[in-house]
Formats: sequence, structure tokens, C-alpha cells
Amino acid sequence: MDLTGFRDPALATGLIDTIAATVDRPISIMEVCGTHTVAVAKHGLRGVMPERLRLLSGPGCPVCVTSNADIDLAIEFARQPGVIVATFGDMMKVPGSRSSLAREKADGRDVRIVYSPLDALALAGREPDRHVVFIGVGFETTIPLIAAAIERAAAADIANFSVFSAHKTVPKALRALVDDPDVAVDGFILPGHVSAIIGIEPYRFLAEEYGVASVITGFEPVDVLQGIWMLAAQLAEGRADVEIAYTRGVPAQGNPIAIAHIERVFEPSDAEWRGIGVIPGTGLSIRSSHERFDAMVRVPVEPEPPRETPGCQCGEVLRGVTLPFECRLYAKACTPEHPVGPCMVSSEGSCAAYYRYTDHGKS
Amino acid sequence: MCLAIPAQVRSLGANNMAEVEIMGVTRHVSLDLIPGAAVGDHVLVHAGFAIQVVDEEFANETIELLKQLDIYQIGEAE
Amino acid sequence: MDSDTILLAHGSGGSLMRRLIDEVFVADFADSALSATDDAATLEMPAGQLAFSTDTYVVSPLFFPGGDIGRLAVCGTVNDVATAGARPLYLSVGFILEEGLSVADLRRVLASMRNAALEAEVHIVTGDTKVVERGHGDGIYINTTGIGVVPAGVSLSVARCVPGDIVLLSGTLGDHGIAVVSIREGLEFSTDLTTDAAPLGRLVASVLDAAPGVRCFRDPTRGGLASALNEIAGASGVSITVEETSVPVHQQVMGACEMLGYDVYHVANEGKMLAVVPPEQADAALAAMRSAPYGENAAIIGVVGESPAGTVHVRTAFGATRIMDMLVGEQLPRIC
Repeated sequence: MDLTGFRDPALATGLIDTIAATVDRPISIMEVCGTHTVAVAKHGLRGVMPERLRLLSGPGCPVCVTSNADIDLAIEFARQPGVIVATFGDMMKVPGSRSSLAREKADGRDVRIVYSPLDALALAGREPDRHVVFIGVGFETTIPLIAAAIERAAAADIANFSVFSAHKTVPKALRALVDDPDVAVDGFILPGHVSAIIGIEPYRFLAEEYGVASVITGFEPVDVLQGIWMLAAQLAEGRADVEIAYTRGVPAQGNPIAIAHIERVFEPSDAEWRGIGVIPGTGLSIRSSHERFDAMVRVPVEPEPPRETPGCQCGEVLRGVTLPFECRLYAKACTPEHPVGPCMVSSEGSCAAYYRYTDHGKS
Repeated sequence: MCLAIPAQVRSLGANNMAEVEIMGVTRHVSLDLIPGAAVGDHVLVHAGFAIQVVDEEFANETIELLKQLDIYQIGEAE
Repeated sequence: MDSDTILLAHGSGGSLMRRLIDEVFVADFADSALSATDDAATLEMPAGQLAFSTDTYVVSPLFFPGGDIGRLAVCGTVNDVATAGARPLYLSVGFILEEGLSVADLRRVLASMRNAALEAEVHIVTGDTKVVERGHGDGIYINTTGIGVVPAGVSLSVARCVPGDIVLLSGTLGDHGIAVVSIREGLEFSTDLTTDAAPLGRLVASVLDAAPGVRCFRDPTRGGLASALNEIAGASGVSITVEETSVPVHQQVMGACEMLGYDVYHVANEGKMLAVVPPEQADAALAAMRSAPYGENAAIIGVVGESPAGTVHVRTAFGATRIMDMLVGEQLPRIC
């Protein structure tokens, strides 16, 4: 299969010109996926958009929106004797109230980076005398995998493995965003791989109830430009639809088998989104049927109460209300070398993407 | 939150696992979420799992559509 | 050697250590300049300025596709000396061995070092070894220090680059870092990639010969291309723009980077050299690189500009520009 067309400079240039010709008034578009944040920054796309088009980053980085309390819990697991914490690399450097998983590892706790939850399962198999706690962070792209890993653990009767579920779901968070009076957005670039799982239906309310345009978009430069073009076209034509640009990866029904895995293992709960607050129904907790794989049940911990860093404006940045360089701490107290909040430390955070690829703190 | 890349299924293994290839690099991934995947299919791989099939017809159709773009004008059809 | 593992006594200065030195180190290095009994090597030095460099290698795992810590330790320091434009001549080696290390593994590393030294045409002339308690070292730590002679009239510096200069890279990016990560626990994937660790003294000499106006050489090791170019841009007070489509990268390196979420500009290389040359000598420098050992995939990858000073940019395939930043901390695999 030849997918090189999605990186074709000629197609990209054609799209850039068409976008410029299509945008007829000031519009604000928000992407809500960290991978889109990075794609935009890495390919220098903001710089080639027409002035009238404001491209905002929303709360699309699941690591950035993980609350201090949840990070503190992950750290507390690492401090328990006999526990190995397995985590995606993304979580290592994110600061909690007082520490980070990377700092705990440096202090001698057993924290291991894995690429897949299956690696964490394999680790549990290799270390029968220790208990492996997998830190589950991610949106619907990742949640079905964790569910499948838990089901594999159940089928193989693995006794020394559990998951800390800090997962979050996207559609209700989008509703909270459009309900937020501070957030003024004309259209959404919707996350292509979350949508590969959940399909198009969960987003219908954006058009039907709020009149907001949205396009399910992929991640190659041409994909992102196509998504922006289709949004600009909807807005110029006075339409509000939910469309799929990323047709090759997103069938309208998503992946029902993946959804079934999620529903077997998890049930909805309330989740705290860093800087935004609790959004009901956006969390997932492990069902009692699978409670022996719930780290909260298997490894009881009591971390100190969480505390926020004064001055950190990640919450406003995450809602697209404040741009990275408008944050008081940006490029001064908060840089990639010494980050204060997750927006700067996570490779997908808006502030990190902006600082690293765009201005190097020279704003 | 979406680092998934297209890979081609090279061989099927036991326990719903498969070997996939991404630009010459091969890895074992789980087909738990796409159990019908066959050798030769293209799938999106995320964190060690295939999460969706990549549809070649749609890929080609999209590229063809985008190539037409320099004659596309808003409102021309009206 | 009676023991097949390293014991604390092997570092104590007594007879066991004597046997380790004679029967293993000196025997395996087999270098006529390496004395088993003198504490200091006395050497004939050609006239000229000395180039002097040191580095310590703490790599884990010790053995990886295509190489090991020993090859790295020799090539790394040889290449650092070469970046001064010098011909590398002599190496010292210092070992910290962990109690319990298998002697077979040690000998494998020493054989690697011997072969690398032969290939690099350098002599290992003096060395030292200590043993630390189990749990206090990753098997082997190696320090190598190298001396070379800078030809008369050559004065290279990363601070000498000026707008208009051309940036060359001797070959494909990312091979070493990806080869090493492919065997890392939790991340394993299969690839044909092997480390690119190689001595580049001859390549540097060829370029110096063909393009005597060369400003500087730099090897993009830890921190990758991004670190090396940012250091040059900062030291010279210039900007550097890299043409993304000109940078040679193996398909498999791209595949692995895409899978793990790595930035190829941050991945370590152990057998590559950057050269910055005046524009009128760029073609000659490129030809020299391409005909030198390990330079077959050399390419012109960028150009030096005026401002903003101290920054490195990437021009993407469709003309958009963004910053190539330095790696902060360690590169970690991402799923987001």
C-alpha cells in the first residue's frame, strides 16, 4: 500500500493554498489530540495557515490532563515494597505534587518503561515474587488494549499483575469544552485514532446540539491539512457537520470489538482533568468482575494530599483559553529543562510543542 | 494520544498474535482487537496491538480527491 | 586465570591482579607498545600540536547488534581526537570491572577493542583496572583517553563557522541508537540494523586534504544531530538550516522511530561525522567523504545562515520551517 501521498509536498501545498482561499473570516479551530499538537508543530503548519485562522490546542494530551492526585498515586505504588511499576514512557517525567516517576526511579524504586501493556504482563511472568502495577493512562485509542491485556491476564490466571486506571474518555470532555464560556471554538479537528475505535456517532452532538463543525482527521501533514480544509469549507458554507477526512483509518462504526473489550472490563466513572476539574462520566474504573486486576484493590496506598503549583496555568492552556507564551511562567520558571506543569514536560504538551518547535522560548 | 502507525501483517502466530512489519522493522503484536486480520493486510499498530484495518481503497480515493484540489472552488457549483 | 569470573581480589594490586593483567589484558591487547610492567608509557611524538581527548563509556547492555562497549570505547575517543583534525595515535584505557563479571565477556570486549584499535591504526599503550563490589557497576565501565597530532596549519573550531558555509554529514542517521534500543527489555523489535560504531580518522584526514578550509568537524553522538548542530550554531553565533529531504536515514530507522515516537534527530550515532566547510569547497569535501571508509552515504544536509543566532532549523519537505531543538534528558518511547 502506498501511503507516501499523505506526505506529498505538492498535495500539501495545494491544500495550503485552498485553505487560504476558503477561509473568508476569522475562525478558531481546536485540535484535541496531543499527536495533532506535535504534528502541527513538527511540520511547521501554524506558520503556513492564513492569519484569519486561529489554530488552538485543547486538552488532547492524556498525560497532561492526568491530575496531580493520580500521579501521586502512581508514585505511591512505586514506593511499595515488592512492587514494580510499569509505565509508558510518556508518564516518566510528568511532575506530581512532589515528585515524578523518573525521580522515584533515580531514587532506587523499580520503575520500568514498556511500549505495550503486554510487555508489563510478560514482566509479571518473569518476576513471580514481585507485583507489577501498570499505570493505565490514555484515551480510547489505548483503553481497549489495557482491557485486552487484563482479559489475557485473567485467562492466564496471572496473580501478580494489576492496572491503575487513570484513563479518560473524549466525547463528554468535548461537551464540557463547548459548554465552557471561556472557550470559543468554531470547529474541532477530531482525533483520528480515538475515532478509529469509537467511530463517528459519539460526536454527532457537536453539530446537532451546538452547531460546531468537526472533522475526524489523520496525522500525516496532508491529513492534517485536509482536516483543516474540510473544516474551513464547512464554516465558509455555513454548515455544521461531523465528517471523516481520515477515511482509510476510521470506518463510521469504529471498532465494535474494541469497544466490547472496554465494556467488559471497565465501567464509566467521574474523572478529574487537570486544570479543568471533574468531568462526570469521563473516567473508567475496573469492574468488580475484574477487581483482582485493579491496583487500587491489590495494592492499597495512601498518598499525601495533592497540591498544585502556584502560578501554573496548564489548565487554561489545556482549554485553549491561554496560549503557551501567555502563561506567566512560560520560558521563565517553566522550560523543558525545568518544567513546572505537564504541558511543558510531556512531549505532546502544547507548551513543549510550542517551545521546542516554534520559538525556543524567545517570545 | 494517537501514535499508531500502519504496518503489514507478515505472519499469524498462536494466541492471537501476529508478526507485522513497519518499514522493514518487525514486531509481534496482538490481534485481540482485529481478530479477522489476515497475512498481507495493513493494520494500525498502537502500543503492541493492531487497533484498526487500513483501507487501501479509501487511501487511494483520498489521494485522488486531493489531487483535484487546484480546480476546487467554494461556491463554483452553485 | 583460574577463575572464570572477576573477583574483588583481581583489583587489589596483588598476584591475582598481576595475572589478570598479564594473562588477559596484555595478552589480549597484544600491542607491542603496551608494557605489562611500567606504570607510564614513553612515546615518540611527531612534531606538532597535540590533540587530547577523554571519554568514559557506561553503556548497557554491554553487547548489542554489531558491536559492544569495547568497540564504542575505542572508536568514540578516536573520533573525538579526529574532530580536531588530528591523526589519532595512542590510547590509554581504564577499566572498572564489577565483581562477578564473566572473564569470557571481558575477553570478548578486549578482543573488540583490539580489533577496533588495529582498524583505527592506534596503539593502546597504557591502562588500569579496578574492581568494585557486585551491584556497584554495570559489568564494565571503560575510560579511554586519546592523543593525536594536529597537522601544521590546521586550526579547527566549532566557533569558526560563518553564514554561507555548507554542512555535510558522512552517512545515515540513527543506526546506533535504534540498534541498541531494539534489544532493550520491554521494547524488543526485530531489525537488520547494527551499530554504526566506526573509527573515522581516515575520513577526517581525507576531507581535510580535499577541503583545507574546513571550519570544524563534530560527531553527533549522544543527543544526536540536534545536539551537535546546536552546539556549532551556538559557538559560532550563527543559524543552521537543515533540508529534511537531504538527510540520509535508513528506512528501518524511520520505521522504528515512528513506532516508538522517537525523533531521529535526537538518536545517537557512533560512526558518523559532521563537517562544516566553506561553500566553494563543499563539492570536494563531499567527494572526499564518499570515497573514504564509512562515508559512502555522505550528503550535504544544510547551510549556515546569519540569524537567529544560535538556532537550528529544519526545512520540511513542503517548505515549512520549524526549530530543531536539543534533546532534554533522555529520549523515551511514547505511545501518545
